[in-house]
Amino acid sequence: MKKRILTALLASAMILSVAGCDSTSEPATTTAGGAADTTTAAPVADDGDTTTAAPVEDGDAAAEQGKVLNIYCWNTEFQERYNAYAADVGEAHGVTVNWVINTNEGGVYQNKLDEALLAQADAAADDKVDIFLIEADYALKYTNSPYCMNVADLGITADDLANQYAYTQQIVTVDGALKGVTWQATPGLFAYRRSIAKEVLGTDDPAEVQAQLSDWTKFNDVAAKMKEAGYTMLAGYADAYRTYSNNVTTPWVVDGNLVVDDNIMKWADDTKVFQDNGYSNKDVGLWSDAWAKEQGPEGKTFGFFYSTWGINFTLLGNSLADANAPQEVGNGIFGDYAVCEGPQAYYWGGTWICAATGTDNTAVIADIMKKLTCDTATMKQITLDTQDYTNNKAAMDEIANDPNFGSAFLGGQNHIALFAAAAGNIDCSNISAYDQLCNENFQQCMNDYFMGTVDKTTALNNFYTKMKDTYPELNVPQA
Amino acid sequence: MANASVAAPKKHKGISYEKWGYFFIAPFIIVYLIFNLVPLLQTFYFSFFEKYTNTATWETIERFVGFDQYVNLFTEGRIFSYLGNTMIMWVMGFIPQIVISLLFAYWFTSVRLRLKGLGFFKTVMYMPNLIMAAAFSMMFMLLFSNIGPINEIIKNFTNGEAFAFMGHTWSARGLVALMNFLMWFGNTTILLMAAMMGVDASIVEAAEIDGCTSSQIFWKIVLPIIRPILIYVLITSLVGGLQMFDVPSILTNGKGNPNDSTTTLIMYLNTLISRSKNYGQGGCVSVVIFIICAVLSMIVYYFFTDAGVEKREKRKSFKIAKGGK
Repeated sequence: MKKRILTALLASAMILSVAGCDSTSEPATTTAGGAADTTTAAPVADDGDTTTAAPVEDGDAAAEQGKVLNIYCWNTEFQERYNAYAADVGEAHGVTVNWVINTNEGGVYQNKLDEALLAQADAAADDKVDIFLIEADYALKYTNSPYCMNVADLGITADDLANQYAYTQQIVTVDGALKGVTWQATPGLFAYRRSIAKEVLGTDDPAEVQAQLSDWTKFNDVAAKMKEAGYTMLAGYADAYRTYSNNVTTPWVVDGNLVVDDNIMKWADDTKVFQDNGYSNKDVGLWSDAWAKEQGPEGKTFGFFYSTWGINFTLLGNSLADANAPQEVGNGIFGDYAVCEGPQAYYWGGTWICAATGTDNTAVIADIMKKLTCDTATMKQITLDTQDYTNNKAAMDEIANDPNFGSAFLGGQNHIALFAAAAGNIDCSNISAYDQLCNENFQQCMNDYFMGTVDKTTALNNFYTKMKDTYPELNVPQA
Repeated sequence: MANASVAAPKKHKGISYEKWGYFFIAPFIIVYLIFNLVPLLQTFYFSFFEKYTNTATWETIERFVGFDQYVNLFTEGRIFSYLGNTMIMWVMGFIPQIVISLLFAYWFTSVRLRLKGLGFFKTVMYMPNLIMAAAFSMMFMLLFSNIGPINEIIKNFTNGEAFAFMGHTWSARGLVALMNFLMWFGNTTILLMAAMMGVDASIVEAAEIDGCTSSQIFWKIVLPIIRPILIYVLITSLVGGLQMFDVPSILTNGKGNPNDSTTTLIMYLNTLISRSKNYGQGGCVSVVIFIICAVLSMIVYYFFTDAGVEKREKRKSFKIAKGGK
């Protein structure tokens, strides 16, 4: 009997210790909260009360401006820009940058970012999200949330932003307040292989090639010629997707109802024909290895729909035979690409820099934003160095009108001039918070239809159920 | 303290260690109760709620709905096709796995064959199991991708036409089954070898003297004796198979393509909870998976132990009696 009591005592002691573990292991609510209290409260309150007045302010400033800058993003594009053009800003403020990079695919980045933002209030100052990047496909989800600071509150004025393209601000403006800034504008173009154009079309001149691709009928005619010559017009089934999906008349989600725009269905129908004719490779999706390989020296594909970032960040890298060798003619097919407007104007993507509510690094964030998205000299330099199309009308017009500017990667073509003509016409009004997974899932479900595994109705139904599984709040139609 | 001093003299009378057993298992039981049982019961509880996060508004919706989600789940019927996918891929992997494992185990333990280098073979066969399923799946994804080495070989025979392994139902399922087979046949072989080494050599010898052929020894003596281990292998593999997730998920990039034909139950569950934290519907699916697991395990257990065995015993004794005449 007494042993039983002893056992019970010991057991309950263990329960208590385990229960203690339990409460501390609970994510970011108790422990992190406690830590946050000790780090932020201590210097401000205690130090301030015990010592003189002057250090209080210092302490205050130090508490406000942390030393760790946490940046959430989904690839290394911003990291490269930051390291090359804004690292000095961070150094001046004495911050160390902590990069948290998660892939976009399947919504992984959004999941991780959501988790961090939801825990933001209780996180320790140095663990809080300071900067996060958003893409057009899910920009609304974040700009409409309380987790995104007003750019004006960081001390960035309308004057600072005057040179930016209007659409890049409209897309992230909520109730008149700007929520993020971007260093790039993203009009889309058609990048083609000069060597293949010369062989099949008899010319590699962008203006003459454009004349042969200026509408979808002509585009299909060229595709037939490409096939005869042993090439594919496009790499995979989703290559032309953005030219359709970013020319829609309704967003994916209207008042909580999932809507498939007619233009999206047109993509499915057109692509089915394209695939059945062998104008593009079957079962090759965007961002797959096979797709990337088609852009390189061994590729047999005539061209790719790409917007600004795609050319410098993706196409250039994929075109090289040796990624570590200098980027110059002779390395893979560097210099063999050229760009033209293609059959239809469109835009694709775009990355906005947002400051997270609760950040302790407002000063450095403001300076980074100014340097990368407002400073004409820096932005011009970015374009000259990287071929990216920066979000600065003055700088871009200057380069577009410069007869001496030419991109070595594009065989000396001044692609900025083409982009400058297209950038003013971008209309981002038909976006929703759900776009990323709508686009991903729609492409994937329709691939079954292109492959001949299912009919179109089944593919559409698969898409609806997938969306309902992912977003229970949506009302989905029955096909 | 007082208790201890009173308890001390008692010790000399008769030492009873049995109560210490409770003490020794206490850590496990306590951890189990807190970290397993409570969440388990919570899952049951949540399954009666609509509970998810709205992406656009960031709000968490929580509303009691009773059995609505269960009704929806079964009327919609997708759970059955996911269960079907899971079982098909499991069976496709398990049948070759058990056949090959039995064969290898029999050869490796056969006193007649006296194979050399067993240690080497056992290590090599067990090796795939040591690799993380994710890494193994990733490797297969690259091997069988449209531009992977396997397709480079295929292209030589098909005029440059690649075969989209992940684009066809049966090739995608076949790859999942193949991976599960490769990962688990070594493990099963070693389990069965242990079982076969436990078979009394004198019985086998006696059978040999009586003129049994090798296959007779295998089917009529070894197999019935190792049946408990076989049941263990079957049940663990079945439960593992029902929880199949990482291999098909990574192979198809979490999409279960083509046409949801490689989506397993757990992949479905993962879709529900990863984006919208749909713990309501997710809990409901989990409960159903739990029940399916329990029912299938029970069927297997009873089929191979009580009723099934008795019948077979009868048949066997009848045959022996007949042979005796």
